[in-house]
Amino acid sequence: MTTDLPVDLGMPSGSGSVSVDSQGAATGTTGVPRLADGTALTKKDFTSDQEVRWCPGCGDYAILAAVQGFLPELGLKRENIVFVSGIGCSSRFPYYLDTYGMHSIHGRAPAIATGLAATREDLSVWVVTGDGDALSIGGNHLIHALRRNVNLKILLFNNEIYGLTKGQYSPTSHVGQVTKSSPLGSLDRPFNPVSLALGAEASFVARTMDSDRQHLTSVLRAAAEHRGSALVEIYQNCPIFNDGVFDVLKDRTEAAARILHLTASEEVAAGDTVVVRDDQGVMTVTPRGEADPARIVVHDPGADDPSAAFALSRLDSPDLGHVPMGIFRNVSRPTYDDSLREQIASARTGAVTDADIDALLAGRDTWTVGA
Amino acid sequence: MSTKLVQKLDRVVIRFAGDSGDGMQLTGDRFTSETALLGNDLSTLPNFPAEIRAPQGTLPGVSSFQLHFADHDVLTPGDAPDVLVAMNPAALRANLADLPRGASIIVNTDEFSKRNLAKVGYGVSPLEDGSLEAWHVHPVAITSIAVEALASFTELTRKEKERAKNMFALGLLSWLYTRPTEGTESFLKSKFADRPEILEANLAALRAGYNYGETTEDFAVSYEVAPATMREGTYRNVTGNVALSLGLVAAAHRAGLPLFLGSYPITPASDILHTLAGLKRYGVATMQAEDEIAGVGAALGASFGGALGVTTTSGPGLALKAETIGLAVSLELPLVVCDIQRGGPSTGLPTKTEQADLLQALFGRNGESPVAVVAPSTPSDCFDIAVEAVRIATTYRTPVIVLSDGYLANGSEPWRLPRTAELPDIAVEFETEPNAVDAKGEPVFHPYLRDPETLARPWAVPGTPGLEHRVGGIEKADVTGNISYDPDNHDHMTRLRQAKIDGIADTIASLAVDDPTGDAEVLVLGWGSTYGPIAAGVRQARARGGRVAQAHLRHLNPFPANTGEVLRGFQRVIVPEMNLGQLSMLLRAKYLVDVESHTSVRGLPFQAGDLADVISAAVASVSHAPLKEAAK
Ligand SMILES: Cc1ncc(C[n+]2csc(CCOP(=O)(O)OP(=O)(O)O)c2C)c(N)n1
Ligand code: SF4
Ligand SMILES: [Mg+2]
Repeated sequence: MTTDLPVDLGMPSGSGSVSVDSQGAATGTTGVPRLADGTALTKKDFTSDQEVRWCPGCGDYAILAAVQGFLPELGLKRENIVFVSGIGCSSRFPYYLDTYGMHSIHGRAPAIATGLAATREDLSVWVVTGDGDALSIGGNHLIHALRRNVNLKILLFNNEIYGLTKGQYSPTSHVGQVTKSSPLGSLDRPFNPVSLALGAEASFVARTMDSDRQHLTSVLRAAAEHRGSALVEIYQNCPIFNDGVFDVLKDRTEAAARILHLTASEEVAAGDTVVVRDDQGVMTVTPRGEADPARIVVHDPGADDPSAAFALSRLDSPDLGHVPMGIFRNVSRPTYDDSLREQIASARTGAVTDADIDALLAGRDTWTVGA
Repeated sequence: MSTKLVQKLDRVVIRFAGDSGDGMQLTGDRFTSETALLGNDLSTLPNFPAEIRAPQGTLPGVSSFQLHFADHDVLTPGDAPDVLVAMNPAALRANLADLPRGASIIVNTDEFSKRNLAKVGYGVSPLEDGSLEAWHVHPVAITSIAVEALASFTELTRKEKERAKNMFALGLLSWLYTRPTEGTESFLKSKFADRPEILEANLAALRAGYNYGETTEDFAVSYEVAPATMREGTYRNVTGNVALSLGLVAAAHRAGLPLFLGSYPITPASDILHTLAGLKRYGVATMQAEDEIAGVGAALGASFGGALGVTTTSGPGLALKAETIGLAVSLELPLVVCDIQRGGPSTGLPTKTEQADLLQALFGRNGESPVAVVAPSTPSDCFDIAVEAVRIATTYRTPVIVLSDGYLANGSEPWRLPRTAELPDIAVEFETEPNAVDAKGEPVFHPYLRDPETLARPWAVPGTPGLEHRVGGIEKADVTGNISYDPDNHDHMTRLRQAKIDGIADTIASLAVDDPTGDAEVLVLGWGSTYGPIAAGVRQARARGGRVAQAHLRHLNPFPANTGEVLRGFQRVIVPEMNLGQLSMLLRAKYLVDVESHTSVRGLPFQAGDLADVISAAVASVSHAPLKEAAK
C-alpha cells in the first residue's frame, strides 16, 4: 500500500487549468479546479434551499446577494469552494450558500479554516465572521491567521454590536455607546479592525460596505485574486440593535464628502478635501486649496512597508467624518499553506511504501532475537 | 588485561542522579541503549524538575533517570535502586531514602564541597560522618579524574572539560555492568559531528571512565546480566511518546490519509510535536498553533477536508480544547486527541505523572457529548493504541481521546517491531455519490444518513461534486442535517450519538482475565500506565502463594462488553489508580459492583511492592472462602 500526498481524493487535480495573474504569479485561486471552458455557474447555483432567517432589513441580506452574485465570476467548480464561519448572525452565512460549508464555534473559524487550507490546496476557503466573533473571542486566531498569511478570505461583518445575543456592545462599539450591557455607555475603547489587521502585517486589508454592491464586489474580486490572507471589513447595518450607524455613508452628498476612496496611484481625496502627510508620516485631511501639492498622498496599496496604510486607517473618527474605503494594502508574500506544502514536497522522496514505514518504525538501533 | 571477577546477576536497578545541568537524562538514555542492544529486557523512569535550570546544586534541581534491566521480562522501572550514581550532595540527599540498605552508591566526591553540602543542609559531609555505613559507598573523584583525562585538550576550558563528567560516569557504569560502548561512541560522533574537539573530549572521558573501572581497586567485581528470553523478532527501545508518534504515522498510512497535527507545546506532550515535525518526508504536516484551541481547530478543519486530524496536549490543554471536541461530536468527523496526562489541577506537576483526566476526557464538555476514550498500558503499547484510536475515529467518524501519561511518555522499553503490512486494515472510503433521492426523485446527498451497522455518517469531503453540504454545531435534523430545533429530533439525535459510541464495544476485544489458578476470588483491575506496576505487584503476591487475577482496560469508553460480567465474577475487585478513584466511580455507577479503590497521587508510578502488600491482604481476607472447585 502507498500513500501519496496530497491524498488522492478521486477528484480532478487543480493543476492543468491553473489561474495565474498577468505576470504569471499564483493568485488566490491557483490550484483550485476551474469549470470547463464555455461553462459557467449562476447566482442560483450558489443559492441553497435553506430559508434565510435574518431580520428584515438586515445588512447581511445585501452581502449574501453580492457574494452569491460574485462567486460565479470566479469560474471555479462549486464543490471546491468552502465557507467556514464562527457564531453570530453573520456566521449563519454558510447555510445559505450551496457550497461546502461549516458553521463552527464562536471565534474559531480562522483556526479551523487554517487546517483546511493547509491540507487542501485545491479549495478556495472563505471565512465569515462578525465583529464580536473575529475581534473579541476569536481575536487571537484572527491575528495569527493574518500573520501566517494563510490563503483565506476573511469577511468581517462589522455592525458594531453583538446581534445574535441581542444587543450587547462589541469590540467595535464606540466609547459611550448605550446598549443592554452598557446602560451608562460603553467604557471600552474600540478596535479599528483595519489598524489591527495591518498591525498583524496582513498582506491584504480592505474595507467596504453592505449597501454598495458594486464596491463590495470589486473588493471581493481583489481579495479572491490575492494569494494569502485577505481581511475584508464590511460595514453592516443591524436595524434591530444598532440601526443607522453607517447611514451618513449611505447618503449621497454626505458620502461624497466623507468617503476617502482608496484607488491605487490616485490621490486620496473626498469632495474638496485631500489627505496630506507630514514629515512624521502622520496623515490628515485638509481642504484641497490649503494642501501643499507635494504632500498630497497618492495611494500605493502595494507598498512593502505597512506604515502608510496604517496612517490611512488612523483617519477614521467616531463621527465618521472621514472614512477610507477600498484596499488599504495588497502585497505579495509567501503564504503559510504554500510554504508548508513546499517543505513537505522537498522532504519527500516519492510515494511512501510499507517498507518506508517499516524502516521508520525500526529507527537506528535494533536487535534481533532468535531465528 | 583485567583479572577481576565477573559475577552474574539476574536483574539490576540503577538510578543516575545529578543536577539538572549534569546531563543525567542523556547518560541514562545512553546506558539504556547499550542495555537494549545487549538483549536485556528493561524499563525506564526519567524524573526531572519542571524548571529547565533550577538553582544549581539544590534539591529542587535534582534530575534522575532510573533503569531496570534483567535476564527475564521486566514490568516496571523497579521499586528501589540497587545502585545510585550521585553526582552531587543534592542528588545523594534527594535519593537516599529510596535506597535499600546494602545498595551501592557511587558518589562524585569532587562536588562535596562545604558550599554544596550547605546548600542541601548537610552540616558535615555524609561521606565522613559514618551516616552511610549501611550502604556500599564508592567514592570517586569523577570531575577531577575526567578533567585530568582531558589534560591534552588545551583548547578546551576547564568548564568544558568538567561537562564531560557524565560520559566518565557512563564509561564507569558500562564497565561495571559489561555493556558495550560502541553505540554511544557512534551516537557522540553524529551529535558532535561539527565540533570535533568536543567529540574527542567526550570519547576520551567515556574511555577514561571505562578504564578507571578496570584498573581501580575500589571496584573488585564487575557484573553481567544475560539477555532475556524474548519472542523471536526485531526489537528497538522506544519511549511512549515516540511510539505514539510512530503509531499515528503508521495508522495514517494504513488508512490512506494524510496526517495533520495541530498542537501547542506543553509538557509532557511536546515530544510528539517534535517527532512528527521531523517526519515531513512521510507527508506529515504539523502546525504549531497559537494555542490549544487553534491546534484542535486546525486539526478538525483538516479532518473536514479529508485528512487525519490529530491534536496532542496535556490536561490543561484538554480543558481548552473541550468546546472544539464538542463541535467534532456534533459534526461527526474523525479527530484524534492525545492527552499526555500530568499532575493537576491547574499547572500542577508538569513533569510528573498522574491519571486524573479520565473523567475530564469522558465528561468534560457541555451537553451530552460522548467520545471514545482509549489508554495505552505500556510505552510500546502507545503504538498500538494510536492505531486503535485512528481505527475508531475513522470508522465511527468521532473524536477519540487517547489518555497516555508522563510515565509512559518518557519511560521506555524494548518494542518488538510490527510489520506495517500486518497492521489492521483501516482503509477509509469517502462518500462520492448522492445517497438518497428527494421527493421529485432527484438524487440528493444526506450528510446525516447513517451506516446501519456503525451508525457513522458519510465522510464527504469538499471537492466532491454533487455532495455540497453544510455542517455545524447547531442541532441537525436526522438524515438531512438541516438545522433543527425540534424537541423529538434533539432527543433522537442525542440518543443516536450515544448509541454510536456505545456500539464501538462490538468491535473491541473483550476484557481478558489473567487467572493462572483459575479460582482467584480477588481481581485487580487497572487502566493505562499502571499496567506494569500492577502486573509486577500481582506477580509478587502470587509468589507469596496468593491466588489473584488481573485484568487491564485499554478501552475506557465504551468498556469492553463483558466488563460487568468479569467484575461480578469475583468476591473483591481492587482498582489501583493514580487519581482519587475515577475509574472506580465509573465502574460502580455503571455496573453496581462494589469495587475497591486503591489510589496514590504522588506524581510517581505505584511501587510494585506496595501493591503486592495490598493485594496479599485482600487475598488473605477471602482465603477462608470455599474454592470454586469445592463449591461445585
Ligand atoms: C463560547 C461562546 N460564548 C458566547 C456565545 C454567545 N454568542 C453568540 S454570538 C455572540 C456575539 C456575536 O456578535 P458578532 O460576532 O458581532 O456577530 P453578529 O451577531 O453581530 O453578526 C455571542 C456572544 C457563544 N455562542 N459561544
Ligand atoms: S439582529 Fe441585527 S445583525 Fe442580527 S439578523 Fe437581526 S438585524 Fe441582522
Ligand atoms: Mg456584530
